[in-house]
Amino acid sequence: MKNRIYLDNNATTPTDPRVVETMVPYFFEKHGNAASRSHPYGWEAEEAVDYARENIAKLINANPKEIIFTSGATEGDNLALKGVFEMYSRKGNHIITATTEHKAVLDTCKKIEKMGGEVTYLEVDDKGLINLDELRAAIKDNTILVSIMYANNETGVIQPMKEISKICAEKGVLFFSDATQAVGKIPVDVVDLGIHIMAFTSHKMYGPKGIGALYVRRKRPRVKVTAQIDGGGHERGMRSGTLNVPAIVGFGKAAEIARLDMEEDTKRIMALRDKLENGLMQMEETYINGTTDSRMPHVTNISFKHVEGEGLMMTFNQTIAVSSGSACTSASLEPSYVLKALGLGDDLAHSSIRFSLGRFTTEEEVDRTVEMLTKGVQHMRDLSPIWEMYKEGVDLDSVEWTEH
Amino acid sequence: MAYSDKVLEHFKHPKNVGTLDKSQKNVGTGLVGAPECGDVMRLQIEVDEASNVIKDAKFKTFGCGSAIASSSLATEWLKGKTIDQAMSIDNMDIVEELALPPVKIHCSVLAEDAIKSAIKDYQEKNGLEVTATVGHH
Repeated sequence: MKNRIYLDNNATTPTDPRVVETMVPYFFEKHGNAASRSHPYGWEAEEAVDYARENIAKLINANPKEIIFTSGATEGDNLALKGVFEMYSRKGNHIITATTEHKAVLDTCKKIEKMGGEVTYLEVDDKGLINLDELRAAIKDNTILVSIMYANNETGVIQPMKEISKICAEKGVLFFSDATQAVGKIPVDVVDLGIHIMAFTSHKMYGPKGIGALYVRRKRPRVKVTAQIDGGGHERGMRSGTLNVPAIVGFGKAAEIARLDMEEDTKRIMALRDKLENGLMQMEETYINGTTDSRMPHVTNISFKHVEGEGLMMTFNQTIAVSSGSACTSASLEPSYVLKALGLGDDLAHSSIRFSLGRFTTEEEVDRTVEMLTKGVQHMRDLSPIWEMYKEGVDLDSVEWTEH
Repeated sequence: MAYSDKVLEHFKHPKNVGTLDKSQKNVGTGLVGAPECGDVMRLQIEVDEASNVIKDAKFKTFGCGSAIASSSLATEWLKGKTIDQAMSIDNMDIVEELALPPVKIHCSVLAEDAIKSAIKDYQEKNGLEVTATVGHH
């Protein structure tokens, strides 16, 4: 549909046409298995994989040998956490992570606890940042891994990677980061940042879905993870399974474009994000969730007080794709745990909308979004009894609500 | 999740949005839900004391589209009904009329609670026997 506006790039990005183009031959004439060593079909597939691996490594300043292909960041998170837990079991069983991590990390940690592991969940402050002193204090003799995401998917808040890695290096524990939202959008340098293991994925950087990578450092220190999928010993024995050649080729192209266009793309997208944010913040009782000092350039998460998020989304008649921290958008009926971890009350969490812009977002779309949101918020507030009470000066905390 | 046409229609053009003077003796007000739960409904009825017929009904709702549609529909149904007839409105009637999916049934429950709560307020204000009980679900 022509009139639709896509502002949900943190969920997934559209595939760049240049990426699709490079993939096509690998579905047809170049259909070989990269592990076939005895004929040209295999050789050209392997060559294409090597080239992609190089481009992906370059994007994060890694060595191509340090790139392990996975099906995506969820698998990468699983492999990193469970793989380290198994591989380093003689050293310890304690992992440190944070409450605002993605479910792929949190649920894996829950599983590890069932497997006999011990996990510490660090709280975040109202900005969405972990406390470095708390991290330092949480590291014990049996700690093997610190797992802190690079940038949060809901708020875009960027954790202090370098400071975290310094603490990890000091204490001699491994540092893993789920960098799904950061890689391809902002410069990420694993050497400079001192990250030992890092998960990321293609479909958040305009590549195809179903392909991701786990960076596993080979030197100082040499890191190994126990494979979670056994088979032919592909990917240096850490992840078996026939390589998805077309997807890897696309991922490689996406990484190449990201590296070459990042500076300009980011500048443009950030200007649009700021325009959107400034436009929306003109409305009274609107709040930005998470710090604006350390944040991804394409994301803003805003709560519109006394307006329920899903209802608000309905006012745009489903022409603007965004996501809400409202419970109504999930089956659980619980509002966003990430926003609650920042100290937001349930009411403000229910009122939040995440806007994530991308490479293909236009200024005209941003203008239309501000216009439609402003109308939508007005419509919802006209309908809202608590907005009316708030305007009349009723202290909403003094009202006896009937929980249901 | 796609919304039914009826939910969309009530959402875009809600019926009977507004506020009645709650200090009036013949106005009953029901306020149910909580901001923390993501929905709050305020439903008011104005009753003709002689005939026991609901003359007017108004609502304001903080919530998702289904919650707004449920309360809009409830006010439409209430107008012209006697208190006894209004008492018999069941949340499943709302579910059926709006074709609400299972995850939205709680919106209809809240609307029924809002009706009962408004009736209860009216009955208490006027020293009548309270026949409405709220939150039996």
